[in-house]
Amino acid sequence: MSEEKKKKEIIPDKNPMPAQDPMERARNFNEVALGYDEEAAVAEAQRCLQCKKEPCRQGCPVEVNIPQFLRQVAERDFEGAIKTIKDKNALPAICGRVCPQESQCESYCTLGKKHQPVSIGRVERFCADWELNKGVTPPEIQASTTKKVAVIGSGPSGLTCAADLAKKGHKVVVYEALHVAGGVLMYGIPEFRLPKDVVQAEIQNLKKMGVDIEVDSVIGKAATVDELIEEEGYDAVFIGTGAGLPYFLRIPGENACGVYSANEFLTRTNLMKAYKFPNWDTPIKVGDKVAVLGGGNVAMDSARTALRLGAKESWIVYRRSKEELPARAEEVEHAVEEGVKFALLTSPVEIYQDDNGWVTGMKCIRFELGEPDASGRRRPVAVEGSEYDMEISNVVVAIGQGPNPLVPRTTRGLDLTKKGNIAADESAATSKPGVYAGGDIVTGAATVIMAMGAGRTAANSIHEYLVNK
Amino acid sequence: MFKILEKREFSPVMKELVIKAPRVAMKCQAGQFIILRIHEEGERIPLTIADFNREKGTITIVFQEVGKTTMELGTLNVGDYVRDFVGPLGEPTHIENFGTVVCIGGGVGIAPVHPIARALKEAGNHVIGIIGSRNKDLLFWEDEMREVCSELHVTTDDGSYVRKGFVTDVLKEIVNERGTESVARVIAIGPQPMMKVTCGVTKEYGLKTIVSLNAVMVDGTGMCGCCRVSVGGETKFVCVDGPEFDGHQVDWTQLGRRAAIFKSEEQQAVEKYKSQCSCGGDK
Repeated sequence: MSEEKKKKEIIPDKNPMPAQDPMERARNFNEVALGYDEEAAVAEAQRCLQCKKEPCRQGCPVEVNIPQFLRQVAERDFEGAIKTIKDKNALPAICGRVCPQESQCESYCTLGKKHQPVSIGRVERFCADWELNKGVTPPEIQASTTKKVAVIGSGPSGLTCAADLAKKGHKVVVYEALHVAGGVLMYGIPEFRLPKDVVQAEIQNLKKMGVDIEVDSVIGKAATVDELIEEEGYDAVFIGTGAGLPYFLRIPGENACGVYSANEFLTRTNLMKAYKFPNWDTPIKVGDKVAVLGGGNVAMDSARTALRLGAKESWIVYRRSKEELPARAEEVEHAVEEGVKFALLTSPVEIYQDDNGWVTGMKCIRFELGEPDASGRRRPVAVEGSEYDMEISNVVVAIGQGPNPLVPRTTRGLDLTKKGNIAADESAATSKPGVYAGGDIVTGAATVIMAMGAGRTAANSIHEYLVNK
Repeated sequence: MFKILEKREFSPVMKELVIKAPRVAMKCQAGQFIILRIHEEGERIPLTIADFNREKGTITIVFQEVGKTTMELGTLNVGDYVRDFVGPLGEPTHIENFGTVVCIGGGVGIAPVHPIARALKEAGNHVIGIIGSRNKDLLFWEDEMREVCSELHVTTDDGSYVRKGFVTDVLKEIVNERGTESVARVIAIGPQPMMKVTCGVTKEYGLKTIVSLNAVMVDGTGMCGCCRVSVGGETKFVCVDGPEFDGHQVDWTQLGRRAAIFKSEEQQAVEKYKSQCSCGGDK
C-alpha cells in the first residue's frame, strides 16, 4: 500500500450550500438554504477524517454519533445514517436547519483546526430530508408500561421528551396552548429558515409512535399540573413551556401603534400566515422602514421577515458591536446578503409617535465598548451627548423573552428562580415529586438543541422515576 | 373541532351561540374569555364568556358582527363546528360580598356582565343591573339579566324601549337618589366609549369601577404582548393580567388607538368577504 492511500486526502473547504439568490429570496417566504443533493452530501461526509478522538461528539447536546453517520453517508448508506442520527435525535430535519453547529459539533472538528470543519449540520439535514421524502419508518416501541406522562408544551424540549418516553413504552399526551403543535418551531422560527411542513412531518412521526397531542389546551387555565396528577391519573409531568413572555425596553412610546414584540411580529407571520392576508384572515402592518431592536437569532429572523413583508429598509439596532451579535453566524450572513442594515453600538431611548399614536421615529444614543462584563463581553457604555433621531415606521422589540408564568404560577410546591424560571436540577427534576422541567422555562431563552437536550435528560429521569415508582 | 349546539339571533347583527367545549365549561369562571378560530385560514379572536353549563359542557357566547370573522361566525348554524375554541383565559372577576354592586352592560357588553352579576348575587350582594342599547332591536337578554340581578333597569339611546337615555343617566339617577355610600362598586362592560364615559361619571362620585377591556390579541396567553395597555402608568397585558382592570387607571386614549391598529385591514377583509358572499359564496 502506498503512503498516499493510507493518508486521507484533505479537502480544505466545505461543499457550498445551494441557496436562493439573496435579492430574490428577500421578497419571498420560501426556504433560503436549499439543501445538499446526494453527491454534495457524500462528498461532504467524505471530508471527515474519521479521527480517533471524535471530538465533535462532545459538542452535541444530544450526543449524536457524528463520525458514524458521516461514515455511513460517505458509503452511501443513508438508511443506516439516519438510523444512527435518530438513535439520539428525534428531530434531525429541524436540527440540521437551526442548530448553531459552528459553536457546537463543528467547533470541535479536527479538520476545522486548519481548514473549514466538516459541515455536519448540512449532512444531517440531507439525511433527514432523504428519509422524509422516502417515508419515515417509526422507531421500535417497547412494550407498554401502562404509565402515563403529560408533556406540557410541544416545542423542541416537549417533543423530544415525548418521543423518548414513547419509545420506552409509556403513554404520552402532549398539551399545547396554541392551535398547532411545534411551539417556537411553528410560531417563532420563520418559514424561510424552517419550513412548517418539515416541522409538521416530524410531529406526524411522533403521532405514529402513539403520542397524543392535545392542541388548544392551556395548562394552568383549563387544568393545572396538580389536577393532571390528582384527577387525570398522570404518573409524571414534564413542563417545557418555553420562554413565552416578551420583554420590552421600558422606554417612552413603547406602546405606540406600530411597535411589535418580536413574538407578535413573528407569530402573526409564521403561525397565522399574515403574509397571505387577505386570503388568510390575520393582518400585519409593515411600513417602509423597520427597526428591529436586539442582535440575536430572533432579531435576525424579524429583520429578514420585515423585508419579506415589504419593508424597503430593515435595520438591526444593537447596542454592542458586530462581534458580540449573539445570532448564529449564518443568520447574520444571510441577513447582510439580503440587505438588512445594521445600526451597531446604538440603542433607542425614546420612541416618537404622531397625533394618532403611530410610530414616527426613535431617539437613539450611541455606545462604545468598555471593560468586559460578567458575560465576558465588553460592556457597552453610552456616549454622552451622542443622541440622534432615526426616522422609522415600525419597531420590533427583540431583546429577549422571559418565562411564561401561567404554569409556574398555578402549580403547588414548584420552586422558581429569582427570574421566575422553574428551578430544576441536572436530572431535570423540580422541587415537586414526579414533575420535571426543561428547555427555556428552566434556562431562559436559549437554542432549539439545548431544549432538546433537556427534553432528553428529563425523559431519562422520568423513565427511571416511573420504573422505581 | 367544537360543535355549535344552539343559535339565537337577537338582530341581524347580534347573535348567540352555545358551543360544546367541556374542558372550558368545567373550569371557567365569571369574567374570563375564550379565543376562537373558525377555520384553518381564520384569525384568533377573543370573546368574553356570556354563560356556561358545567353539566352540559357548554359555553355561551354573544357577539356583534363588526368584522369579517364575526360576520362569518354569524353564518354558522346548529351542527356546524368552529375549528378552535381555547379557554378559559384571563383572570376571573374578583367576587366577594361587597354589599351593593351596580352591574352595567352596554350593547354586546350585556352578555359578559351576565355571569358576573350572577356570581355577585350568589355571593350575597344586592346587584343593581343596568342594561342599555342603541335601540330596542339591539337589546337582548332582558329576562336572563332580570333573573340574576336583584333589580334591573333598562334604557335605550333612542327611547324605542322602556326609556330614553344612556346607562350613565340611569346610574346617575340611582346614585343621586340613594347616595354614593350606598354603592360599593360598579362593574361596567360594553363598547370602549361607554366604559370610558361611565368611568368619568363614577370617578366624580368616587365609586370604584371595574371594566373588562377588549383588545386585539393573537395567542391570549401572554406571549405576544399585542394587547398591552397602560394601567396606572404600568404596561399590562389584557390577556393575562386582565381582562378586568380598575377603570379609573386605564389609559383610554392609548387603548382606543391600539384597538384600531388594523382598522384598514379589517375593512379590506370585510369588503373581500362581502364580495365573495354575493356571488353565492364559497364559504
